[in-house]
Amino acid sequence: MSKRKNAMTKEPADKTAPDSGRRRFLNRLWALLGLAAAAELCVIGASFLVSRARREDRDKDAAVVIAGTVDQFKPGSVTAIPKGRFFLSRLPDGGFLALSPACTHLGCMVTWDEKQNRFACPCHGSAFSAAGEVLTGPASRPLDYYPTRIENGVVKTDASTALRRSGFEPDQAVRM
Amino acid sequence: MHSSRRSLTSLVLHLHPQSVPASTLRFTLSFGLGGMAATLMGLLFLTGPLLLLLYQPSAEGAYDSVLVLTREVPFGRFARNIHSLSANILAGIVLLHGLRTLFTGAFGPGRRLNWIVGLFLLVLVLAANFTGYLLPWDQLAYWAGTICVNMLGYVPLCGGGLMEFVRGGKEVGPGTLANFFTLHVAILPAVLLVLTAWHFWLVRRAGGLVRSGDGEARLPVKPDLIAREAAAGLTLAACVLLLAIVIDAPLLARANPALSPNPAKAPWYFQGFQEILLHLDPAFAVFVWPVLGAAALVVLPFVPGAALPPGVWFGAKGGWKLAAWSALAGAALAAAVILADEFIPGAASPGAWIMRGLIPTAALAALLGGAYVALTRGGKRSRAQAVMAILTFAFAAMTVCAIVGIWFRGPLMRLTWPFAGGGA
Repeated sequence: MSKRKNAMTKEPADKTAPDSGRRRFLNRLWALLGLAAAAELCVIGASFLVSRARREDRDKDAAVVIAGTVDQFKPGSVTAIPKGRFFLSRLPDGGFLALSPACTHLGCMVTWDEKQNRFACPCHGSAFSAAGEVLTGPASRPLDYYPTRIENGVVKTDASTALRRSGFEPDQAVRM
Repeated sequence: MHSSRRSLTSLVLHLHPQSVPASTLRFTLSFGLGGMAATLMGLLFLTGPLLLLLYQPSAEGAYDSVLVLTREVPFGRFARNIHSLSANILAGIVLLHGLRTLFTGAFGPGRRLNWIVGLFLLVLVLAANFTGYLLPWDQLAYWAGTICVNMLGYVPLCGGGLMEFVRGGKEVGPGTLANFFTLHVAILPAVLLVLTAWHFWLVRRAGGLVRSGDGEARLPVKPDLIAREAAAGLTLAACVLLLAIVIDAPLLARANPALSPNPAKAPWYFQGFQEILLHLDPAFAVFVWPVLGAAALVVLPFVPGAALPPGVWFGAKGGWKLAAWSALAGAALAAAVILADEFIPGAASPGAWIMRGLIPTAALAALLGGAYVALTRGGKRSRAQAVMAILTFAFAAMTVCAIVGIWFRGPLMRLTWPFAGGGA
């Protein structure tokens, strides 16, 4: 391919002054215009993609989910809250922790295994404790959690944004 | 005036040289794998537009449109089966084609660029396969897409941004489907066509298929090559059509973002990769190992003497023995490591990336490096033979990983016997 191209550009170049200033200028102009066109295409593409994310942001409202009253959940139990797509874990000390079911390895939904007292991921075999800590890999981060508060004995969870953490701290759970 | 029929045959002939060396016509040199891949691409480009007429690329409509396609549209299920089967067979054929190229030394000087183009084609074929897998938006698609998108998050530096970009939103959903759809029906086919044409042209420029000697007898392309191509291509097409009658393309339940299937498995060509994900730290499984592997394959043709003598399987008459032993060693090692890892507790400590990342990587590098030195110094093998042995070893190990992933993993991805129930 390159050979033929050379042959084509050489022919007229032999007839006129070789590599004149005007020719060089026009060639650079073409290259510049080409780059500008490519840049415009990139900007258009990027704005298409960004607009999509922004539209979704607008749709999102603060999703506070009422999980139930405090006495509905026994200490040391884990309950799925389908409405908010999270697990409400009541720790043995009575603290409430709302856990995202998305495995921190690659995003599959973990399930609660009552018998073994652990969350298990069906995709790559990670397991998490009732507080969301990693029991077996390949996951390397504990399950994300949602901010939760207790008002008048009712457990309310803001299920809009899951919070990342590197380990379990007692103050992630909310207590009476 | 010659009819347009004449110009059509001229076009087909134009893709070929006038004559080819007699030895390159031997079926057992190439097994016709390249031609088969082209045939399957043809089937895909024929059935793809049919499916596109009925498919609805939206998260709400996709699944129902596939149901309508398979249940109500005449020949809809058949067309979908042909498309899916061709794609899966193509992935296998392309892998075998790459192995053939390796074993017949067809990536040496004069064919280096074509090896690189071939690698890109391999990636494109797998990407096209995978993006197609996601379009029905069933449970299989949704969770494969989720896993794929989350994998990108482990790419260093730009991982988070890359993940957001491909996901096209806060969660896997309409934006993700739109991305995969655009890739599948527009970008990937276009690039595939261009690169395939380039791939063919580079074969022609290298003087046809790889062969051992020069100055031998040549045979006319018409009829000697054309007849063979037609025989291989038409037989393959007939087989695909017959199989498409009996084998249905998979379609699970409608996508449910709240529930992952148990076990959730990748398509077969990524099962080896998924098996590695079970054992290694994610950053290493998703990024370090694939990048190192890809870099090795890209650099390979530029290493002097890395290619076997051209046109002879395994480089010499007894060359297959070394390949067989390497394959056996790779398979045995992979099986042993998978079994041994059952008894090593999955490390949850912050040092997991050392135990399950750095150490296995270093061990593998030491093993392969040691094998290379032992073969070239101790075994008096040529560099090309040692390279072939190592690549065969790696491929066999990946194959065992894939076999374990496909048939020996049950619920929660624990090891089980095949068909013990619960498997996908």
